[in-house]
Amino acid sequence: MSWLRIAAVLAAIVVLVLAPMGQTTYFVYVLCSWLVFSIAAMGLNLTLGYAGQVSLAQAAFMGIGAYVTSLMTLAGIHWIFAVFASVTSCFAVGLILGYPALRVQHHFLAFVTLAFNALVFLVLRNEEWLTGGSFGLVGMPRPEFLGFKTGTQTQFYYFVLVCFLIATGIMAWIIHSPWGRAFKALRENPIRANSLGLNTRRMTLLAFAIGSAFGGLAGAIQAPLVQFIEPGSFALIHSLKLLLMVVVGGSGFFLGPILGAAIVVLLPELLRFTEGYYLMVYALMVLVLMVFSPTGLFGLGTRFWQRLTRPKQVERGDLKQGASL
Amino acid sequence: MAEFLQIMISGLAAGAVYALAAVGFTLLWQASQAINFAQGEFVMLPAFFVLIGTGYFGLPLWVAILLAIVISILVLGIAFKKLVVEPMLPHGTLPLVIATIALGLLMKESVKEFYSAQGQPFPPLFPQTVFEVFGAAISVQDVCNLLVSLLVILGLQMFLQRSRTGRSMQATAQNPAVAEILGVDVKKMVMYTFIINGFLAAIASILISPFYLAKFSNGETLGLIAFIAAIVGGFNQIRGALVGGLLIGVLDNLAAAYVSAQYRAAVPLILLIVIIMVRPQGLVGTTEGRAV
Amino acid sequence: MLKRYLVGLAMAVTIGVGGAQAQVKIANIAELSGAGAAAGTVWKDGVDLAVDEINASGGILGQHIELMEYDSQTDPQNSRAMVQKAIDDGAYVLLGTVYSSSTVVNMLVAQQNGYPQLTGSEAPAITQKGNPFIFRTAFGSQKGMPKIGAYLSFGLKASKVAIVWANTEYGKGGHDAFVDVTKEFNLEIAADLPTEQGQADFSADVVKIKNSGADAVFAFMTEEESARFLIEAEKQGLELPIAGDTVLGSQKVIDLAGAAAEGVMSHVGLSADAPVPTIQAMDKKFTERFGYRPDHNAIKGYIGAYAIKYVTEMVGEFDRQKFADTMHGLCLQAKEYPGLLLDICWDQNGEVSRESFLVQVTNGQQQIVQTLPAN
Repeated sequence: MSWLRIAAVLAAIVVLVLAPMGQTTYFVYVLCSWLVFSIAAMGLNLTLGYAGQVSLAQAAFMGIGAYVTSLMTLAGIHWIFAVFASVTSCFAVGLILGYPALRVQHHFLAFVTLAFNALVFLVLRNEEWLTGGSFGLVGMPRPEFLGFKTGTQTQFYYFVLVCFLIATGIMAWIIHSPWGRAFKALRENPIRANSLGLNTRRMTLLAFAIGSAFGGLAGAIQAPLVQFIEPGSFALIHSLKLLLMVVVGGSGFFLGPILGAAIVVLLPELLRFTEGYYLMVYALMVLVLMVFSPTGLFGLGTRFWQRLTRPKQVERGDLKQGASL
Repeated sequence: MAEFLQIMISGLAAGAVYALAAVGFTLLWQASQAINFAQGEFVMLPAFFVLIGTGYFGLPLWVAILLAIVISILVLGIAFKKLVVEPMLPHGTLPLVIATIALGLLMKESVKEFYSAQGQPFPPLFPQTVFEVFGAAISVQDVCNLLVSLLVILGLQMFLQRSRTGRSMQATAQNPAVAEILGVDVKKMVMYTFIINGFLAAIASILISPFYLAKFSNGETLGLIAFIAAIVGGFNQIRGALVGGLLIGVLDNLAAAYVSAQYRAAVPLILLIVIIMVRPQGLVGTTEGRAV
Repeated sequence: MLKRYLVGLAMAVTIGVGGAQAQVKIANIAELSGAGAAAGTVWKDGVDLAVDEINASGGILGQHIELMEYDSQTDPQNSRAMVQKAIDDGAYVLLGTVYSSSTVVNMLVAQQNGYPQLTGSEAPAITQKGNPFIFRTAFGSQKGMPKIGAYLSFGLKASKVAIVWANTEYGKGGHDAFVDVTKEFNLEIAADLPTEQGQADFSADVVKIKNSGADAVFAFMTEEESARFLIEAEKQGLELPIAGDTVLGSQKVIDLAGAAAEGVMSHVGLSADAPVPTIQAMDKKFTERFGYRPDHNAIKGYIGAYAIKYVTEMVGEFDRQKFADTMHGLCLQAKEYPGLLLDICWDQNGEVSRESFLVQVTNGQQQIVQTLPAN
């Protein structure tokens, strides 16, 4: 890591630490949601941007994480155990779901995850004895760590920020590990990667399971943030929303999903002047963005940067082959 | 017995309309290798074209329907192809998938803002007469829906297999590069596919709205059902969508009646997962030639 | 853009010089998009109408209302954020939301901050949590159920009922409240049928009712699903009487289901067809302005906005705690407070008591069969 990069990371952390100062509770709440969705979107980005698999169940994994955490913390178990259970169960479900789907045919993971998300919604709604049914679960406690309380919105923000930084650190480590570099090889040139002896199927499966575990982590933080969960918050439409975050930000770029989550979460604020039409404006913006820059906003930025610095850009292989659905 | 018959026939009538929507999925998949997440909204929208025609312009129903079909072909077929699909195809399919999600949202929100957020009644096309067969109540509308859908899909199948244009379209779907070498006007063939999809969406919309009613959010449910039907039947075969649609229609009712009303929606989903594991090409589909 | 800004600035300065009109901010958090948009936008129109009327007649305590609108997107989590935002933006009192799943969550925020909230939701749970800041604009669905139960049991002499309900938070609440009532009236539940939101095909449900031996049907679904169910019931020749709550007998369902809605009985809390002059006047104004007839959600929004005015003027100052304290146990007469349309009482939990109507659909119109006393 170059000095410049370390400085940039430190500066970003400082900005994030200072962000809630002097802000309204609502704004701090929005910041919290942004960080939570960033974690989930980062996980999806590993599956989508690096392993080239479309998962349409990231909201379901958030749901599993949120329900596991809620049930455990409502039963009096500390959040730290609950989050561990949430992440592990999502990882396990990811493996169980992904193994047969990836065995069959490349793009079928999208179909299986779509069906899985719809099924998870039905189970959460119908099994009222466990999940509270359509009424949901309410009143999850906000955790306390060695006397540090997270009850107020600002306190909770710092708790979310710590979780976010840990998650981002792990993700950066994964991507820069030999295993993560193998992914890059895979995405740039799958055939060569295969011939170099990479077991692409196993790698893809693992990426999907880890991506799902990130969804579980996001859910585990969301439960004490909102202090209310219900099946509708984890329906298929929210998986599509997460997919939008990743692609709008720029799939395959490390910071892409974080930018994408910011846009989707802050959107109603940014487009406030359009009044009732903001969803239409948003949809149009996405359409136009996809036409002009299929690699999302980060792709747009990078392309612009490259045009300034280098005359010729390198065509990325993943959008041609890896990510085809 | 009467009960079973009732459930089967109602299921087939509903399933036939699902099949029309599912065929569109199949066609677009063949033409662009992308899932059209706006397909449900494609089926939602034409009903509003009809309502605008009869309501705002006071047109007779049949004129409004013809106009709605033409507008659907222009908007959902040609404009969709030219403005959305074409600029994105060179970038692979993921941006296109995202674009269709956004397009679906745009269509839904537009209907809500510019027409109404509330459901609208839709004039029936066929007599509402109900007759009894072995104790089951069957309406003329059910029978007509079933017949029209069957005729449209079988006609399409014939067209694709028998006519020169149809065969060129199939060649394009299977391997555009080779088709091009063989002298097929690939661009034109892809355009035909989109025109047919716009037409089918309009027909499905007009058939389903008298009993499903017209509402901006209808696409959410319809899109999912059509999607499941297309995969279960076989994603790369038109007759697969037909089989899938009918099967889902019947299965939904059977599940509600004999399994569990709470989990009626789960049965098609489980079927989908099982099909993918056991027979990924779908019930009547053929193994895909393309190595994607 | 710049020009508009400058004009605005100039206007602000002029008003400032000419003695600024004091403003009180009222927040309306509603389902302006998402699955609940149909209900939320109608509620919003009702609120808008009332606020404009109030402003035209001098506002509240001489202050004009500045209405701030927030879109919950029919998402409980987002509605929670919007309530927080409304509070941050300096709202005096909150209006909304319509969907109970949202209200259940966002009322916690209002409670923590001590903000009175007038909701359009009807889920029984809302007033059972002891929240001192939540007030309804229409009574909870549990209040209507005994009236329907009594009608089925004594009016129709039914002993077995089939229940068809929407398997959502809204439908489940109604279902559970009705099941409680069936025990009270010794009604046997012959069939208990949950249905999906957006369900297209109701044939299996009607088949099951036919075979269940029920002698009456209780239907509790949203507008489109109610209409689809009625259409299918007619097609299969279901001869049983069908009864339900506000939605089933609403004008929207009658429009959608056409002849199939004929004969349906429903217990209606608020209806534009009620034989009450205040409501008829409101109906006329609303229809003129928005081009469609108000339903119960529009009336709720209208009443909510007026309740803020009357209660605040009763307190004599803009004090949230006093507002909530005054409203508990308050009874207001429509004669003196015409904006409330009907006599209304709020109890210690913010639950509403008000007279209601038993209506039957005849010739495509709601006919009031009976006016039921407040309970």
